Amino acid sequence: MLGSFAVLRKQSLLGDAISHAALPGIAIAFLITGAKDSNTLLLGALVSGLLGTFWIRGIITKTHLKSDTALGLILSLFFGFGMLLLTFIQKQPNANQAGLDKYLFGQAATLVESDVWLMAIVTGLCLLVLFLFWKEFKILLFDKDYAKTLGFNTKTIDILITSFIVLAIVLGLQTVGVVLMSAMLLAPAAAARQWTNSLSKMVLLAAIFGAFSGVFGTAISASQNNLSTGPVIVIVASVFVVVSFIFSPSRGLLFRQIRFIANRRDLEQQKTLAFMYHIAETHEDISHPHTIKILNNFQGFTRKTLQKLVDKDYVTIDGTMWSLTQKGFEKAANLYNQQHKTDE
Amino acid sequence: MKKIAVQVDDLTVAYNYKPVLWDIDLEIPEGVLMAIVGPNGAGKSTLIKAILGILKPIAGSVSIYGKPYEKQRDLVAYVPQKGSVDWDFPTTALDVVMMGTYGSLGWIKRPSQKEKKAALEALEKVGMLPFKNRQISQLSGGQQQRIFLARALVQDASIYFMDEPFQGVDATTEIAIINILKELRKAGKTVIVVHHDLQTVPEYFDWVTFLNVKKIATGPVKDIFNDDNLTKTYGINYKVSIQE
Repeated sequence: MLGSFAVLRKQSLLGDAISHAALPGIAIAFLITGAKDSNTLLLGALVSGLLGTFWIRGIITKTHLKSDTALGLILSLFFGFGMLLLTFIQKQPNANQAGLDKYLFGQAATLVESDVWLMAIVTGLCLLVLFLFWKEFKILLFDKDYAKTLGFNTKTIDILITSFIVLAIVLGLQTVGVVLMSAMLLAPAAAARQWTNSLSKMVLLAAIFGAFSGVFGTAISASQNNLSTGPVIVIVASVFVVVSFIFSPSRGLLFRQIRFIANRRDLEQQKTLAFMYHIAETHEDISHPHTIKILNNFQGFTRKTLQKLVDKDYVTIDGTMWSLTQKGFEKAANLYNQQHKTDE
Repeated sequence: MKKIAVQVDDLTVAYNYKPVLWDIDLEIPEGVLMAIVGPNGAGKSTLIKAILGILKPIAGSVSIYGKPYEKQRDLVAYVPQKGSVDWDFPTTALDVVMMGTYGSLGWIKRPSQKEKKAALEALEKVGMLPFKNRQISQLSGGQQQRIFLARALVQDASIYFMDEPFQGVDATTEIAIINILKELRKAGKTVIVVHHDLQTVPEYFDWVTFLNVKKIATGPVKDIFNDDNLTKTYGINYKVSIQE
């Protein structure tokens, strides 16, 4: 859901950076408390995720670095630091440390009821904020400068959106883990974008796709042994994306290809017909037969096209000879005049 | 003497030590249709953005009808460059025009029927009503520009700032737009336009500002739009035949 905003801001990698940036937070939170309480660890993740995000923002606005450079830089810096801390923790004689690496790849099975409640509450909060500030989010995404001239504090809106993206990511960490989290954020949104041209529908669809991926993914992984849930969810989400890319009616590859082929076929027929008209015109009797051979001089002519024209009753064939029908002649005359008009 | 709609004092803007605008003083009287002209990189768009507070100037101040800009936002509307937004954004023409009402609505409040009616009227004015439900990526460049214009019209402001509204539009759209601008002037509004086509300045505008990092000249077109100022601004010998 919130992924829609990341996709539309062309900051798709932000999710990746945030989830990686959360890792040192988890490690530090563990080092400080020495306990593996998931709420404390997620709080640490939240803090370091936010820190990383605002560093990225800072780098982009204060220096001339492009946003992908800034994202990459922070991502690897935080992730490296996080890994360093994790290995340090593993060397410690604290029995508690086992299982911290679940945040790397996620482990949905470790979720307990209180985690689920936390997720539900935060999701509700996200929905509320989204509902209240819908107009502000939309205008910021579309035209930030303009929003500023209308008197909106764009920085506040920006921080609000970003904070919620961070919050959503941190919550997802336990399920899909640091490495795959950004797919969870982006895949539903990218898939949704293919189906609609309205922001509200896109956000709604993304939420539905996301939920379905979660449910299906969990069901699949539960039905098989040795399939961890996080990756399966991500794969299901990716299937949504692939299907959307291919089958979406307006933006999909399949329909675009079909339209393209159909247009080309129509044009071929029209061109052949126009060429025939040109020849037929030189005779008083429009149905005067001509050899098919003569058509071979015309580029783009195929037997198939001729057959199509016969099927449409524009042309009749007698042995190796063809002639235009009255209907075909009129159709061609129309085409011919139209083409002439557009040429002028 | 007419009232001063926009007053700019000592405005200086720089990107990393390199001044883009240097010490601009500018008075724009109420009710003029003014072109800002100058070569690429002269700071024309920057001037507008600095006046509107989108960019932070290093020094200087801007007042609108004698008060600071921040207090007078409601009087000002802005038409950004068409290329400044992503036209593949999932929204419709009507929706974009509605954004013009967001400022008066303020935070959280949603547009109602009243705002929708105003947006439809603005679309009508720019001749885009038949396209109101069209996804914005399916509009031509000229149509997109009209949508931006309609969005500013909805704001019902007194002063309009426009950044190259004629960029990449066909002759029909250009005439349609300039007619709307002339109507605005007739209604006593002040219109300030970043403009590129020097040939059309005398035909379209009655006031002009020459800008090349520094302000070269500002005043009525008939008094100051001459070869001397053009040469000073563009650095080469510029000859434009002005039809009387």
